[in-house]
Amino acid sequence: MSDVARIEIEEFREEVRNWFTENKPQDPGFLLPETFMEVGTDEQFEFLRDWQRKVYEAGYIGISWPKDYGGGGRPQIFQDIATREMVTQRVPFMPNTIGLNWAGPLILKVGTEENKRKYIKNILSAEDIWCQGFSEPEAGSDLGNTRCSARRDGDDYIINGSKIWTSLGTYAKYMILLARTSKEKSSKYAGLSFFLAPMGVDGIDPEPIQKLTGEYGFCQTFFDDARIPADCLMGEEGDGWKTAMITLTFERGASGGQAGGTSMMELNAYDVLELARRVRRNGKLAIEDTYVREKLVSFLIEFRGNQLMSAREKVPGLTGDWPGAVSLSGKLRNTELRRRLTQFSLSLMGANAARFVSENSVDGGKWQRSYLNSFSATIGGGTSEIQHNIVGERVLGLPKD
Amino acid sequence: MKITLSDEQRLLLETAQSFFIDRCPIEQTRKNMSNGKFDQSLWQEMVELGWAGVNIPEEFGGLGLGIESLVPIVESMGRFVVGSPIKSTAVAAGLISSFGTYEQKSIYLPRIVKGEIASIGFIEENGAWDDGFVETVAELRDGGFSLTGKKCFVTDVDCSSLVLVSAKVKNETNIFIIETSEIPEGLVKREVVIDETVRSFQIDLNGLFIGENQVLGSGSNRLADLSSLLLNAAEMSGGVSGVLQLTVDYLKNRKAFDRLIGSYQSLKHPMVDILISSEALRSHLYYAANCLSSGPDKEAEIAIRMASASGSEAFAYASDRAIQFHGGFGFTYDCNAQLYMRRALWCQYQGGDQVYQKKLLETLLLD
Repeated sequence: MSDVARIEIEEFREEVRNWFTENKPQDPGFLLPETFMEVGTDEQFEFLRDWQRKVYEAGYIGISWPKDYGGGGRPQIFQDIATREMVTQRVPFMPNTIGLNWAGPLILKVGTEENKRKYIKNILSAEDIWCQGFSEPEAGSDLGNTRCSARRDGDDYIINGSKIWTSLGTYAKYMILLARTSKEKSSKYAGLSFFLAPMGVDGIDPEPIQKLTGEYGFCQTFFDDARIPADCLMGEEGDGWKTAMITLTFERGASGGQAGGTSMMELNAYDVLELARRVRRNGKLAIEDTYVREKLVSFLIEFRGNQLMSAREKVPGLTGDWPGAVSLSGKLRNTELRRRLTQFSLSLMGANAARFVSENSVDGGKWQRSYLNSFSATIGGGTSEIQHNIVGERVLGLPKD
Repeated sequence: MKITLSDEQRLLLETAQSFFIDRCPIEQTRKNMSNGKFDQSLWQEMVELGWAGVNIPEEFGGLGLGIESLVPIVESMGRFVVGSPIKSTAVAAGLISSFGTYEQKSIYLPRIVKGEIASIGFIEENGAWDDGFVETVAELRDGGFSLTGKKCFVTDVDCSSLVLVSAKVKNETNIFIIETSEIPEGLVKREVVIDETVRSFQIDLNGLFIGENQVLGSGSNRLADLSSLLLNAAEMSGGVSGVLQLTVDYLKNRKAFDRLIGSYQSLKHPMVDILISSEALRSHLYYAANCLSSGPDKEAEIAIRMASASGSEAFAYASDRAIQFHGGFGFTYDCNAQLYMRRALWCQYQGGDQVYQKKLLETLLLD
C-alpha cells in the first residue's frame, strides 16, 4: 500500500469515528429490536429506517458499490473501516438487511442495467425495504421443494401459494421470490424461477406471526392469484435455483459485495460481565457471587476462543487437520453461545430475572427478551442439530444417518 | 487479537509433524512403556534436529528462539502420546537463559544444546500447584545452600544431568540448578503415575549442599510456571487432535446393528463438540505462544491460563468419550484410547486443572 493510500485510510478512519460519535442516536425511549428479524412495531421501524438513511447520506454504507447506482465507488477497505466503527460504537443496525446484503449484491452481480438503476439507490437509502420469499410452511429450509407457483399469463405472472418467515414483510416494497414455473421438469430444481416481486399488488398479503416473546417481526406471506409484471423475472425461466444459490452465498457471507453496516445488536460475554458489575443476585453484586464468577470466566474463554479461531484459521501452517471446521461450525458456535449467554444473564438478577419487557425490568427486559429470541438463530437457517450433522459429515467425514 | 507464526516456527511445525508420524507410531510408545526404559535413540535424533537448543541463545550454540517456539514440537509429539524429556529440558533452558548469570549460561546451556537432559522438580508431596506451598527450604550457610525437602513428579531424572528445583529462601520461592551427579545414590525413586509413557521420580533433597552460584535470579518461578503451563497446553492440544482422529477412524469403520456407528447422532454430535473444542484450544494455544514471546506479563498469563483451562476440559472430554465410543474394545488395555485418557489426566493434574486456572483467571479478568 502506498503512503498516500495509507494516509487517506487513516484520515477516513478518523472522520468515521468522529461522525458516529457525533451522530449516534439517543436512546429512543423504547426497546429497539435485536436483529432485523425482530422489527415488530412501527416506531421501531421508523427509527431504524431514519437511521439507515442518515448513515447512507453521510456516505458510510454502500461505500464500495458503484457510484453510477448510488454507491460510493471506493475500495472495500473503506466500508470495512466504517462497519467496524459501527460495531465498536454500538450504533443501531441497518434495517434493510435483505436489500443491503442479499438482494443488492445479487442485483449488482447478475441483474440488468435497468434493475441496477431502479433498485440499488433506494436499497441504500432504505426508501425501498426488501424481504425474502424462499422458505415455505411445508418445505422449511428445503428450497428444492418449493411449491409456491408462478404461471405466465400474457405480460404477467400469476403467483399462488405462501411463504413463511418473511422478515419485514409488512414494511417491504419488494421481495426476492423463488417460485415454481413448471412441474414437468425432470429435476425438482429445474422448474424454479426467481423474481424481484413488488409487494404492493392485489393478492399479496403478509400476515404477521406472533413470536414466543409476544412480539411480531416475521410474516407468513399469502399469494392469491397475485399478478406481477413478467419483467420481474430475474434471468430466464427455470434459472431460479442457480440464482437462489448465488443469493445464499451472500446470505451466508461466503461471497463479498455486501453494502456494509450491521444487521443485529452486538451482545457478547463482555456485555454480560458489565451487567454483572451492576445488578444484584441475592443481596450482593452478581460479580461477587462465586457461581457467577466461575461461569463468567468460562464464557470469556469461550468467546475469546471463537474470536481467535477466525484469526488462527488464516495463518498459513495453522489451518489445521480439518478444512472447513472453523467456517462451517461458525453458525453453530455463535448462536449456541448467544443462547447460553443470555440464559445465564438472567441468573445474575436474582428474583428480578422473572420480569419481562417493562419499566421495572433490568435494562427494560432486554435480557429476558434476548434469551427467548436467541432461539431464532439456533433454529432458523438450519437448526443446531442439523449444523452438528453438517459439520460431522462434511468436516469429520462421518457417515450420513 | 492476532496470531502469527514465524517462518522458523512454521518450519519447526512441519518438521515435527512429519518426524513424529514417521518416528513415533504408538506401537513404539507401547514398547517403551512396557520395558520402562528411556528411548535414548529418539532423544538423540531430536537433539540432532536442534530441538534441545531451540530456546537457547545463539552465542551458546542454540537457535536463539523463545520457549514459545517449542509449542509446535510439543504439540506434534502429543498427538502420538510420546514420552520425551523435551518439555522439561526446554523449560529449564528457558529459565537459565532468562534468569541465569553469564557464568551459569556458559556452563549449562552449551551442554543442553549437545543433548544433556534437564529435568524439573517443582511439585511436592502436598500436591499443590501454587508455588506458595513449596515446603522445600534452601538455607544459606558456609557459602552455599543446604536443602531440605522432597520433590515429586520429576520426569526422566535418571537420565538427566541437571535438575531444576524450587525451594524457599526465607519466604521467597527461588529456583536452583542441581547437577544430578551431586545427588547421592538411593535418594531418587521411581514413582508409579497414571500416564505410563511418563517416567516419573521422587527426589529426596534432604542434606544436599549446593554452591551459592547455583541459584537463579529472583522472579524465575513465575516464568517457570507459565512456560511449563504453555508446553503442557501444547501437549494437550496435540493429544486432543490425536484422540479425535483415533475415534473418528473407529466411528467410520465399526458397525453395530448393521450401521456404521458414526452415522448415529448420539455419537456424531459429541464428536463435533470435540472438534470445536480442539479448534478453540489450538487457537488459544498459539495466541498464548505469541503473547509469551513478549514476556510473562499479565496478558500472557491470561492467555496461557485460558489455553490451559481449555486444554484440560477438551482433553478430558475427548478422551473420556473416546473410551465410551470404542465400546467393549475401549475397556481393554489394547485400545489406544486409554493412553490418551491417562495422558489427559496427567497433563490436567500436573499443570493445574481447569478449576484452578479459572480461579486465577477470575482475579485476572474480573477484579
